[in-house]
Amino acid sequence: MKPVYMDNNATTSVAPEVLEAMLPYFHELYGNPSSMHSFGGQVMKEVKRARERVATLLGASPEEIIFTSCGTESDNTAIRSALLSRPDKRHIVTSRVEHPAIRALCAHLATQGYRVTELPVDGEGRLDLEQYRRALSSDTAIVSLMWANNETGVIFPIEKAAEIARERNILFHTDAVQAVGKIPIDLGRTSIDMLSLSGHKLHAPKGIGILYLRKGTKYSPFLLGGHQERGRRGGTEATPSIIALGVAAELAQKNMEMENTFVKNLRDRLENTILATVANTKVNGDRQNRLPNTSNISFEFVEGEGILLMMDEYGICASSGSACTSGSLQPSHVLRAMGIPFTMAHGSIRFSLSVYNTDEEIDFVLEKLPPVIETLRGMSPYWKADARLCGES
Amino acid sequence: MWDYTDKVKDHFLNPRNVGEIEKPDGVAEVGSIACGDALKFTFKLDENGRILEAKFKTFGCASAIASASAMTEMIKGMTVEEAAKVTNQDIANYLGGLPDEKMHCSVLGREALEKAISFYKGSPEKAEEEKIVCECFGVSENEIERAVRENRLSTVEEVTNYTKAGGGCGNCHPLIQEIIDRVLAQPASQAPALPKLSNIKKIKMIEETLEREIRPALKHDGGDIELVDVVGNRVMVATRGACSSCQASNLTLKNFVEVKLRELVWPDLVVEEVSA
Repeated sequence: MKPVYMDNNATTSVAPEVLEAMLPYFHELYGNPSSMHSFGGQVMKEVKRARERVATLLGASPEEIIFTSCGTESDNTAIRSALLSRPDKRHIVTSRVEHPAIRALCAHLATQGYRVTELPVDGEGRLDLEQYRRALSSDTAIVSLMWANNETGVIFPIEKAAEIARERNILFHTDAVQAVGKIPIDLGRTSIDMLSLSGHKLHAPKGIGILYLRKGTKYSPFLLGGHQERGRRGGTEATPSIIALGVAAELAQKNMEMENTFVKNLRDRLENTILATVANTKVNGDRQNRLPNTSNISFEFVEGEGILLMMDEYGICASSGSACTSGSLQPSHVLRAMGIPFTMAHGSIRFSLSVYNTDEEIDFVLEKLPPVIETLRGMSPYWKADARLCGES
Repeated sequence: MWDYTDKVKDHFLNPRNVGEIEKPDGVAEVGSIACGDALKFTFKLDENGRILEAKFKTFGCASAIASASAMTEMIKGMTVEEAAKVTNQDIANYLGGLPDEKMHCSVLGREALEKAISFYKGSPEKAEEEKIVCECFGVSENEIERAVRENRLSTVEEVTNYTKAGGGCGNCHPLIQEIIDRVLAQPASQAPALPKLSNIKKIKMIEETLEREIRPALKHDGGDIELVDVVGNRVMVATRGACSSCQASNLTLKNFVEVKLRELVWPDLVVEEVSA
């Protein structure tokens, strides 16, 4: 059964042209780019080209691009580097809806003598810039805010937030893993100092990411080793993946309009039809300021894992913010930060589309999903009954 | 993705006994929507006092639905007394096992069964103020103690898997650890106030334990055992198959058979080999 894949915020398929471009670098052009011989040297040229392509997508210069192994490494590197470069400052400002790569790191740093402010969001997942401004202090070393939320797709006003940090001489990092390729980014025109990107969210393979580091930003490497990446990240270059990311960056640039027209239309049709045909459903997150591919919908009185597993029987792939799927016992931290009621949070399903989805696939989901919800609601003690809240019995 | 057994998937995709019995003999609601699992359970008895019908409605994940479905299947035909003995481990075993993180689903099933039985018996709801240890999920000290005792849990993480306690803010982790330490420090014989066993019941339990827990393990090694008699706390058995010629059979009897019987039936039992 070919999957109906609507979980592209989790990961994407490697684009055929990306796969084709990277394959020779495994077994034909396998030289080490640092070697003195031309067999390796020719690979260095391709690495350079990939760096330029990624820089173009971001509106950056090639020397501002550091290849890493993933978004998490980029996030860790950025924040640790910022703290090392401002040893007199002990305060970090972030938000309550960040990716675990940031949250877990900040939670760890909080045990190491740093003070962490997690900014709240409103019911639509939006940041209050005034509150943000007030959170900054003379002790703040770095701000790290995600550009777009992986669960809801809600976009933060990152350019504005970066400007505010710059005015206060505070370093600004953004996790843009979900945003790159879906919204235009021109780093040269912003005050962003550091940005994380992950290859596998934009049709490159897993295991490759980048850290953008604005020219002139003080920096301490996270991985010490060889002179690769100008001594900013040790370790032999993952050449096939780097070359793949270069091609994927070019493709992302080319597909950005399609993301915002074709993909957005698919998403809107899926979302609007579900809202119109299934009772007691709600979209989570600010629908005006959202990635074009993401829809987070809550189905009241049912639990997300059941929905996912029943859809899985039809080969439909999505994800959920319910407790049972999160590996913890509480629903997603993003939905909780937004104050989504438990009756809704446990039944949240995220669909995240890509340019490879089709109208037929949307029809298929629209045909299969409503009976799944009906079946599970038929089993639910709360459906057509008054909901109880925790603590009452 | 959770590693569910085929039986869990079957009971999730084709749940048995979904619904609600009108005018039930026993009814219980456990869990809450905020906590992510909730179960409404009803049963009806036939004229001989056996469970004729059992139905459930569940809000929860696949394993919660499967656990409720399994539990209702298991207890059909049982007397209320028999059903009262069903443990969360029995429910998990019926399903071929549950992932550790999902054991709380089987506990929810057992809780519903227990509560519905006390409804039937008319015993007052546990009115005494229970001390809540986990505020996030409303789990009481008694519930945690019981899970630790019955499932021999030794870490906070295990307690969270079985009861959800400690799965939220984590503030109660030290309290949970204290409960674990306390329960595990108690000698097994004093753990619960053991009910007095009649001889008939004791012999029946010994037989059941031999059948379910001991003989399959011995047969696996080509041996076997037979119950000859029970006199007071002396359990007389005869060895069969590989065991009867095995030099180590006395060790097996003392270290395995006796240990199991003491654990599962009565702490003072002594196993003796007789030739029969």
